[in-house]
Amino acid sequence: MVQGILAAVGLLGSLGLLFGIGLVIAGRFLRVEEDPRIAQVTESLPGANCGACGFSGCSGFARALIAGGAPVEGCRAGGDSTVQKLAAILGRSVGHTARRIARVLCGGDCHSAVQRARYDGVMDCRAADLVAGGPKGCPDGCLGLGSCVEACPFGALAIGPDGLPVVDEQRCTGCGLCELVCPRGVIQVMDAGASYVRCLSTLPGKQVRQVCRSGCIGCLICQRACDREAITVLDNLASIDPARCDGCGKCAEKCPTHCIVITPAPARVEPVRVGSGPA
Amino acid sequence: MKLLLLLISSALVNNIVLVRFLGTCPFLGTSRQMKTAVSMGLATTFVLVGAGVVTWIVDRAVLVPMQLSYLRTLAFILVIAVFVQFVEMVIRKANQALYEAFGIYLALITTNCAVLGLALMASNKAYDLAETAVFGVGTGLGFTLALVLMAGIREELAYTRVPKAFEGTALALTIAGLLSLAFMGFSGMVPI
Repeated sequence: MVQGILAAVGLLGSLGLLFGIGLVIAGRFLRVEEDPRIAQVTESLPGANCGACGFSGCSGFARALIAGGAPVEGCRAGGDSTVQKLAAILGRSVGHTARRIARVLCGGDCHSAVQRARYDGVMDCRAADLVAGGPKGCPDGCLGLGSCVEACPFGALAIGPDGLPVVDEQRCTGCGLCELVCPRGVIQVMDAGASYVRCLSTLPGKQVRQVCRSGCIGCLICQRACDREAITVLDNLASIDPARCDGCGKCAEKCPTHCIVITPAPARVEPVRVGSGPA
Repeated sequence: MKLLLLLISSALVNNIVLVRFLGTCPFLGTSRQMKTAVSMGLATTFVLVGAGVVTWIVDRAVLVPMQLSYLRTLAFILVIAVFVQFVEMVIRKANQALYEAFGIYLALITTNCAVLGLALMASNKAYDLAETAVFGVGTGLGFTLALVLMAGIREELAYTRVPKAFEGTALALTIAGLLSLAFMGFSGMVPI
């Protein structure tokens, strides 16, 4: 009995010891020298593993950065502070980078936009867009099914009560994952301080009027109202040059459809629903 | 001929996942995308063959002569854990790209009960070294096949409307059950 126990303990103990020694020796011979900066870089990154940099995770980005295959500004989620830290580790200098956040370039909410059909399929904007261009009257409008909300790893997006996504500016890191999934390109990451036009439609004004009360009708009123020539209307759609715009707000006042947003804008509405369709 | 039969038997007739119900955790966990399913399948096949051979040697060289066969399960767990660690080191040294492609899967295989199951079955059936190796290859192919089938179905299902109660794990388990029933149709074809 005792002999059996001793034999069992002895065998397993010696096997374990033998394997342990073997692994230690193997570890010596098979050790892979790794740049110590990789660990430093990985520590400086936010650790969100969001994949917005194009690599599988933060450690993948760190390795690529050290190997020279990724830019110092590659981590969009980390923002300016991370870029400065990475530049310090790599001994490079970078200028100040502006904070960037996601903006929703559509104002066609459930009150102002026309639905030309009732969509009854998979609750995903990409799937809805495949079905004859989606249920919305405007071919460039937000479908509001929340693919961007699903894609956001930081919980910065939610579908508001009026059926459009709302960006939580505090949480948004400007990683751009929402921008990638939106089939319409309605969400775009831009400088946090830049004013923008909340519409993407290039339809003639009359047609825009037929499908949406908040869309840009290309009337040129904003262009005329701007003293600094910051606004140009091209293809029936106004666009604002952030380099020239001083945020005076004259254009937004005169815009008949109120589709120009001057930033910093007040928070619009509290998000209430996530991932469901327009009411 | 016997080896060929053993190969077919272990891959299809006695499929490790769908007939013997071993290794179901990685089967459900890593079968959402075809790419990960193939990586996991190949990594597991490699470890199955290697661990089968190493455990066979430990069994015949140590356990049987010392009449300590009852320690098989414990000893095999030890051997498999060490073997996977060693393989991880070798791959990392020899081929960094392959190491990164395997990623977390290689470490996960340590806890895959299909590997221990294969080692124990091989010693219970008293296979010789060649048979154990073929048994490992066949089992690995069967595991990969199950994963690839599952991943293919789940990729298609991503754009399908599914009743609320069936979404996610419930549907995965239902599909796994149906696949298993299909594979049960092979039973008795190879008498091994």
